[in-house]
Order: sequence, then C-alpha cells, then structure tokens
Amino acid sequence: MTLARHELRQGRTALLVWSAAISLLMAVCVLLYPEMEGNMENVGDMFSSMGSFSAAFGMDQVDFGALEGFYAVECGNILGLGGAFFAALCAITALEKEERGHTAEFLLAHPISRQRILSEKLAASLAQVALLNLAVLAVSSASLVGIGKEVPWKGILLVHLAYFLLQAELLGICFGISAFLRRGGMGVGLGVAAMMYFLQILANLSEEAGFLKYITPFGYAEGTKIVAEGSLDGGLILLGALYGLAGIAAAFWEYCRKDIQ
Amino acid sequence: MEAVKTERLTKYYGKARGIVGLDLCVGEGEFFGYIGPNGAGKSTTIRTLLGLIQPSSGKAYLLGKEIGKGSQEIRKEVGYLPSEAIFYQGMRVRDILSFSARLRKADCQEEAERLCRRLDLDVSKRVEELSFGNRKKAGIICALQHKPRLLILDEPTSGLDPLMQREFFQILKERKEEGATIFLSSHILSEIQKNCTRAAIVREGKMIACDRVEVLARTNAKRVTVHGDITASQLKGICGQTGKAAGGIQGSVPGARGGSTQGSISGAGVGGIRDLQKEGDGFGFLYAGDINRLVRVLAGHQITDLSISEPDLEEIFLHYYLDGGDGK
Repeated sequence: MTLARHELRQGRTALLVWSAAISLLMAVCVLLYPEMEGNMENVGDMFSSMGSFSAAFGMDQVDFGALEGFYAVECGNILGLGGAFFAALCAITALEKEERGHTAEFLLAHPISRQRILSEKLAASLAQVALLNLAVLAVSSASLVGIGKEVPWKGILLVHLAYFLLQAELLGICFGISAFLRRGGMGVGLGVAAMMYFLQILANLSEEAGFLKYITPFGYAEGTKIVAEGSLDGGLILLGALYGLAGIAAAFWEYCRKDIQ
Repeated sequence: MEAVKTERLTKYYGKARGIVGLDLCVGEGEFFGYIGPNGAGKSTTIRTLLGLIQPSSGKAYLLGKEIGKGSQEIRKEVGYLPSEAIFYQGMRVRDILSFSARLRKADCQEEAERLCRRLDLDVSKRVEELSFGNRKKAGIICALQHKPRLLILDEPTSGLDPLMQREFFQILKERKEEGATIFLSSHILSEIQKNCTRAAIVREGKMIACDRVEVLARTNAKRVTVHGDITASQLKGICGQTGKAAGGIQGSVPGARGGSTQGSISGAGVGGIRDLQKEGDGFGFLYAGDINRLVRVLAGHQITDLSISEPDLEEIFLHYYLDGGDGK
C-alpha cells in the first residue's frame, strides 16, 4: 500500500481543510439551534409553506423547528454539498493529476501495475472521504450532545450514512472520468457534483422532472426525506452503487490501455 | 540474451508518426547509444519500451521478456531516467528516493547515500527548491539506486555541469563493468562517441543506421579546405567529373550482435562535393570522391593553402540529418 499511503500524505492538507470547514460550519449550525428554537414555530411554518422553494429543498417534508428537521435541512446541505465537492475533487484528480503534473512517467517507470495504481488510488480516495465523514460526524455529534437536547440519533445517523453513500457514488463516477482526462479535472469534478445537486432540486420542483432522482445521488441522500421517512431508499441506493461501480470499471478499462503523456 | 530487442516496432499517434518498423537489438552488457534529432522518435521508442505507451504494431522485449505481458517484472530490473525528471511537489529528495525504493520493494538506502555523496545532492531539499541540474541528479539516483540490470537514460546529462557529467559517466562505466546494460539516448554526439560501443541513429521515426560507433564515424568523405585562385563553379566541376562517386558518409552494416540491417548512412548521391561553404578567401566542403582526381583538378589552379581532414562524428550526423541520409 505504498502508493495509497503516498496519496494520503499528499492529500492530507486538503483533507484537514475540508474536514475542518465542514465540521465547523455544521457545529456552528447545531450550536445556533437552541437560540433559534424559541422562534422556530413561526419560522418552521413559513419555511414549509413557501411553495416551490420549500419543495426544492425538501423543507415541506419536515418540521424545521424540530432538531431533526433543522439538522436535516441546514447540516444536510452543508455536508451534502461540501462532502460531494470533496469526494468529486479527490476522485477526479486521483489519476489526472499524474499527467497534469508530469509525474506519471516517474510513477509508471516503477514495477507497479496499472491495476495496482488504480486500486491503491481508489482506496486512498475512499479512505479520505471516510475520514472526512468520520471527522464531521464526531464534531457534529459532540456539538449535538453539547447543546443538551435529546438527540434523534437514528435520523441523524441515517442522514450521515446517506451522504457517505452519495460521496462514494460520486467518487466512483469521477474516478472513471479522471482516467479519461489529462488536465482540467478540478473544474470537471466540481461541475459534476454541482450538476448532481441541481438535478435533485429540479426533480423536487417538477413532477415531470422526477425521473432525475434516478440519475442524481442526491435523490437518495435528501436529508429531509430520510428524516421524515426514517429510512433510506434501497432501490435508489442500489442504482447509485451501480453508477459508481460503472465509473470504477470505466477507469480500469481506460487507464490500463491508455497512452501516458 | 538481448537486453533490448524490437521487431518492426511501430507507433503512430493518430495519424502522426512516432516510430516506424523499428528493429533494434542491444546485447546484454553493452553501452549503447541512441542518436537522433528532436522529434526523431527517441523518446517514443523509450516510452514504448517502458510500457508507458502502447505500440501500434510490432513487438519489443526487454531482458528477454515481452513488453506489455511482463512489463511489471521487467521494470523491476530497469532503471529509467526521463529527459526531464519531475517529482511530486512538497516532497523532500530523501522522501522521493525512499518512495521510489518502496515502490520497488527494495532497500536502497546504502546505495542511495553513496550516490548522493558522489553526485553531491542535498537530500533535505524540497523538490520545488531544486535546480534543474539537482532534479536531474535526483532522477539519476532514482534510476540507479536499485542497481538495475538495464539502464535506460533519456538525455541524461542536460542540466549537469561538466564535473558532474564526468562523475555520472564514471558511475555508468562502473555499472557496465558490473554487467549492466546501458541504453543512452542523446543528441550530444561527443558523449555517444566517447562512451558507447555501439549506436543506432534514428531519423523521422526510422532507424537509418546501427553499428559500432567507430564504424558509424568511419567515412571516406573528407573535410577539405582550400584557399587560392579557384571559384565555387570550378569546385562544382569536380563534382561533375567525379559524378556519383561511391562512398560518401557511410559505415552502417548489420548490427554486430545480430541487430538491425536498417541500411547505412549510404554514400549514394553523397559523392563529390557537399556542404560547400565560403570560408574567407577560400572554400570548405565535404569531398567523397576520388582524392587523386581532386588533387589533380586543384593542381591546375593557384592554390595557397589546402587541408584535408577527417570530419568529426558530429559533422557527419549533422550533415546527414540536414541533407537526408537516404541520399534523396
């Protein structure tokens, strides 16, 4: 696992910065909740009755005044978008950065197969995403306990699990794209993550666009829906896993035969 | 066993030519030079041999193993120095060397320290702090520290000062004495002439010659400088008299170790006078015809000075690249 360790070392600053940023924002949101709780009755009604806007962000499905609903909307958006961006960046640059930085020649001159390179880089990306999620969960849990309210652990853990699965799917898709790129990966990665997020908003806005939830991983990682239903959508998760695996398979197919520049 | 062998190796990048039908053969333990101008296909050959790019057709073997099928095993015993050594930003030289050794699953610490001392490389420096020459040194150590059986070096001396170049070639000679094969790609002909036993010349993706260096350098063309009462047209007249004299810049024969018979730096069309240059009140040119005829013709003129010497290897190759070695 020499290469995986090398990847983790190379990516540790980014991991620390992203973990700290997302954790801090989520902790601030949680810590603000007790102060906002008293005013939440009216705010909750207002947020759930803003028509399309409420539907777009799933706020019509939960009680925004309750800790669970508040967490699903506020923290869900922070972790959903932040985590998606981080996972996409990790994966999209994993292979592309070697050619962009002209280090591919150095790496591939060593007795390491391309399959091994792919496996270790994928493992390192997945480990980074898992570490980010663990760090965020740890800080969020501490802040939830810290505010002294009764914590609806099931809903909150399901939200975190759903976002981890979303990130894993995006990671697989972006890893596949990375194998085809020689440069410009960061923009593509951020674009893919943002596009998936907005596809879910479109899916929520219009019934005709509802099919989009079968495309975007945000379809099964909608915090408000998870909290409201108390479960994850197994079918959508399975479909998402297939997309992620297809991305990984594409990476293996392309990278093992491509000419390295 | 051949350390490097290619059979009709061809690589096209889309429609662009990389190398075409390359038949190359380097024996184990040889110090082999690979010469060609920029864009001739030297790096394409090396990158194909290392499995970085897939050949369009043909086969290649390193240390008896076919590339593609056994690339990973092959690279265990190969040290490669790219023309531009680029490493991961933020890493120190010692981390780079250690990372390279761990990728090879080898303990190279002792040899790495020895090489660093000889090449005077500070291992505590970060990659981004290294000059081009020091990056080259780090690349050399990465390529050598595991004591490979085959060294593939692409323009290895660019960026090294003369003292370091001398030390580097001393190290290579020691490795050769220990049995390593050295495949040196360069367009610095003097370093090929000084260090290599055999060499191949590649031009426009094709190998145009492959032989012992002294054979490649041997030619019956002479560098002639003449001063006196003679004009360019009179000199060209010698060419007319000698016609398409045989000879010229030649010297390639089939590889001594069963290598390629890519032809020669043929003399066809090179006979007579070439590369005619005005030099002060006289002329300089390469003459590949009958020397007696030249002397007889010059004797009919008022000549104040005449020198006839061997052209150096660099001149031969440069002339050859510029004019087209196939004599067209």
